[in-house]
Amino acid sequence: MSENGSARPVQAKQPPSETRLTWYLRGVRRCFSVPGLVLVSAFIGFAGLAREAGLTLEQSVFMTGIVWALPAQVVLVGAVLAGNSLPAAAFAVALSSVRLAPMVVALMPEMRAEKTRPWVLYLLSHFVAVTSWVLAMESFRHVPRDMRTAYYAGLGSTLVLGNMCVVALVFLLASRLPPPLAAALFFLTPIYFLTSLWGSARERAGHVAMVLGLLSGPVFHLLVPGFDLLAAGVVAGGLSYGWHRLRKRRDPGGTMRNDRERAE
Amino acid sequence: MSFGALDAWWWPYVFILAAGWLATDSWRFLGVYLGGKMSEDSDILVFVRCVATALVAAVIANLVVFPGGALAGSPLALRIGAAAIGFAAYLAAGKRMIVGIVSAEAVLLAGLYLL
Repeated sequence: MSENGSARPVQAKQPPSETRLTWYLRGVRRCFSVPGLVLVSAFIGFAGLAREAGLTLEQSVFMTGIVWALPAQVVLVGAVLAGNSLPAAAFAVALSSVRLAPMVVALMPEMRAEKTRPWVLYLLSHFVAVTSWVLAMESFRHVPRDMRTAYYAGLGSTLVLGNMCVVALVFLLASRLPPPLAAALFFLTPIYFLTSLWGSARERAGHVAMVLGLLSGPVFHLLVPGFDLLAAGVVAGGLSYGWHRLRKRRDPGGTMRNDRERAE
Repeated sequence: MSFGALDAWWWPYVFILAAGWLATDSWRFLGVYLGGKMSEDSDILVFVRCVATALVAAVIANLVVFPGGALAGSPLALRIGAAAIGFAAYLAAGKRMIVGIVSAEAVLLAGLYLL
């Protein structure tokens, strides 16, 4: 997925009527799609989770806009629930978000045109999270290169602002839900990640890491409360990486690489 | 210093900024800075993805096994069963998330209303 940048078809000259605004609005429109809808359901779940954890509406909407990475937000709320200290919470959130760096690295060469200013890229990088990244990587080939920042600005800002509204709405409505529906709302977060983590794994080791992480989370929760997330991440992640190295050594030809395509 | 440590209105926002914003946008800015210098297949990134995946998986397992609030009163077997059936439906439907989510929620709600 990262190596197709050079294989792009030659850009057609866009008609003069197609301004940055046109492409911004096309980016906005791209949000109204199945991945966009699934993301909304995930933020409905997040709002339910944050509400149960005792966060206020303002704090949850603020967190959604300023963090804008659902795994990081779920880890942060988990740390709040567990009463973790600020450094422990920050460390766990940072560990859960390292993946943002390679995602941005992969996206930048696709998005950058000759005259793009660096501050525009730094600003737009805040919108990078799984859904906007997948949508952008899919759509960029149909967008003229010098319009891609405008397109991504429309896509990213709409997803962020839209889901901030979704979180606020859920807070206003959730207190009126009957208990089983409130439970179903809370359940949205785990089931969303159960499916999206599996689908977004780039290699088999990602699936191993997911299964080991699922098993070790509750175990470490009982063994080392307060450090359960860090312990599970390092131990289960380390073991699955070790498995990856062993498999690579036995299969030096590299046929295992790209044994999975991203589910779309 | 936990989230509830100070009784000031601004403390939760400082907590979210330091533990949330700084811990995520630093990685994004580093990504812009590094530009095309890293290969997505490099081994260090495989390790990074493994740790991140395991960490999020641990969070979701804890949400299912030790939930708070409205889910806390439901039987553990129902929660694990609903998640497992939802995941199986997701795989059976050719990895369509919406199918997995709807199936898991249907099993959970059916269980909550029937039990």
